[in-house]
Amino acid sequence: MNRKLTLALCAATALSATAANADITVGVTLGATGPGASLGIHYKNAFQLMPKTLGGQAVKYIILEDGSDATNAGKNARKLITEDQVDVVMGSNGVPSSLQIAQVATETQTPFLCLTPIAVKPDVYKWTFSVPQPTELMMGAVAEHMKANGVKTVGFIGFSDGWGDLMYKATEFHAASHGYKVVTNERYARADTSVTGQVLKIMAANPDAVVVGGSGTGGALPHLALVERGYKGRIYHNHGTVNAEFIRVGGKNVEGAVAPTGPLIVPEELPANAPTKAVSLDFTKRYEAAFGAGSRNAFAGYTNDAVMLLGAAIPEAMKQAQPGTPAFRAALRDALENVKNMVGTHGVYSPTAANHNGLDDRARVLVRVEGGTWRLMK
Amino acid sequence: MTGDIFLWLTQDGVTNGAIYALLALALLLVFAVTRVIFVPQGEFITFAALSLALLEAGRTPGTLYILVFGGLAAAAIETFEALRGRAWRRLPRVAALYIALPVAVALLVAWAAPRKFDQWVQVLLVLAMVVPLGPIVYRIAYQPLANASVLVLFIVSMAVHYVLTGLSLVFFGGEGLRSRPFSDAKFRLGVVEVSAQSLLVVGASVVLIIALWLLFEHTLYGKALRATAMNRVGARLVGIPTVLTGHLSFLLASFIGAFSGILIAPITTLYYDTGFLIGLKGFVGAILGGMGSYPLAAVGSVAVGLLESFSSFWASAFKEVIVFTMIIPVLAWLSLRSRHLEEEEE
Repeated sequence: MNRKLTLALCAATALSATAANADITVGVTLGATGPGASLGIHYKNAFQLMPKTLGGQAVKYIILEDGSDATNAGKNARKLITEDQVDVVMGSNGVPSSLQIAQVATETQTPFLCLTPIAVKPDVYKWTFSVPQPTELMMGAVAEHMKANGVKTVGFIGFSDGWGDLMYKATEFHAASHGYKVVTNERYARADTSVTGQVLKIMAANPDAVVVGGSGTGGALPHLALVERGYKGRIYHNHGTVNAEFIRVGGKNVEGAVAPTGPLIVPEELPANAPTKAVSLDFTKRYEAAFGAGSRNAFAGYTNDAVMLLGAAIPEAMKQAQPGTPAFRAALRDALENVKNMVGTHGVYSPTAANHNGLDDRARVLVRVEGGTWRLMK
Repeated sequence: MTGDIFLWLTQDGVTNGAIYALLALALLLVFAVTRVIFVPQGEFITFAALSLALLEAGRTPGTLYILVFGGLAAAAIETFEALRGRAWRRLPRVAALYIALPVAVALLVAWAAPRKFDQWVQVLLVLAMVVPLGPIVYRIAYQPLANASVLVLFIVSMAVHYVLTGLSLVFFGGEGLRSRPFSDAKFRLGVVEVSAQSLLVVGASVVLIIALWLLFEHTLYGKALRATAMNRVGARLVGIPTVLTGHLSFLLASFIGAFSGILIAPITTLYYDTGFLIGLKGFVGAILGGMGSYPLAAVGSVAVGLLESFSSFWASAFKEVIVFTMIIPVLAWLSLRSRHLEEEEE
């Protein structure tokens, strides 16, 4: 039914595209169904709250569903660019889907605001801008915390997919500089009914701390298994895990779990001088008013920040060319590289030609599960 | 690998294997009686587990909409057929089974959900919601095609699977759920600590398998199912209605699915699409058992559970690959050995 609706919407927007030429068209492909649905739904929800004008220009959003499937994501991107002649593409949840879109964006010379942290080189993928914090930046906060607490050995258990790989790499990346060794690389699937084998292996290696590379409620399974087996060390998670459902599933046993996240998860607790406080607070309020108390999550924030980045780049691009033209797309890409100190919900963005993300330490905080909610660690 | 790790892994493998064994039996039963490879078996696990978790949270599970609207759709088909055949006397039965029963269950659940009754009451409510879905699915999707080839029935199964997974996402959302354990008790067996929950899983599976055996050996309905499984035409000739055996086998399949779902809901986090993979492993178990013998299917399923458990210790990244690759040599061996199966399908 959803697909039909999007199809109808696409048809309607395609018809109206000829009428209003100066509108900016944003093409989005997301997987609000399929294995990545738990993230895709949040990314998609946030588009309902996005402004209808950016930089004084009317904007329309065309949102397609890719079912968390990389091939579909690529097809959707191509369709958006060739048939709907969008000025910019956004999407998708999942690393494989996002890489597919990045390929299409490079080939068709269309700016792509990626909503998943993918590590691509800006000199090859000139048209791709990654909105979320790079995993190394996020796990850097975990590495610092481990160093401060004298952790020497780290057990890793993560998803057996692209996300697990990214998290493992990020954990390894900081190992030498922060004086710890990663002693296990165990993998599990979100749908697994048991992680006993992996947890036993970690227990046998007896590391000082464990890093879980899962996401959402999927992060709870290894944590619960470790606690059940009597593991006493600290268990770290990552920014993909920080949501209310994780605590609902994990209950008492995930108390004390530590994770890095963007500041918009705990805007109320941020110090008054935190740069993102006002933006995060406002967005969290609006999101929870629309989707229920406790529904705040990092993914909706990435959607918001992608649209804000676009809004910051549009005025400059408008000086160069009219929307709907290749010249405008090129101007938009250049303008995105020159955005300075744009304050979003997750941090302060200053992308450059060499860094297509542009976030710094201000885009991360450490949170801990205390009394059934995520609280900022002071 | 030390002795106690070995014991832990064995315990874990047997617990999972017991669930797979139940599912393998259900798949085998449905396949033998109706020739349907029942891919959506796993969806009953999901429906039951997630409904239980939602009931515990005091929320009304969307399963009851699936039940009511599924029942209405089945009733519409039945009524149409009855009117066309001028079989008026069937109508009250149709109204009672496909409309009154689902609506009554739905009202009961809607009334009971916010009241957060005892866990055992909730289990009964979940069974009342999920079990009737089996015959309803059979009536809507399979009965009109009862004589189609195995391949056509398989394609229908895939379609039913996608429909049910989609409904599952709509009603349960994308995030995982987990229900409270039935008991927190733990027992020490030497070095290994066994939770009451996993004992319950294994115990309940064994009891259910024995109950199924009694059903097949000692009741008229069970014998009718066996007769149909052995020879459909022969069974029909001696007066066994194949529609009835079809309904019966799907009823058992949905019961077993719901039962497994309730058993594993407290052990792991379940998502709207988790059931499929669990069902698939039951299927692998059934294939390992030669897709023909119930005891061998049970043994095969426990083997799948153990293999899964040990491969998650040694090579966790390749666990699924190892489990699913196992069916290739078995299938090759089966196809080399048995020629009569193909003749039967023609």
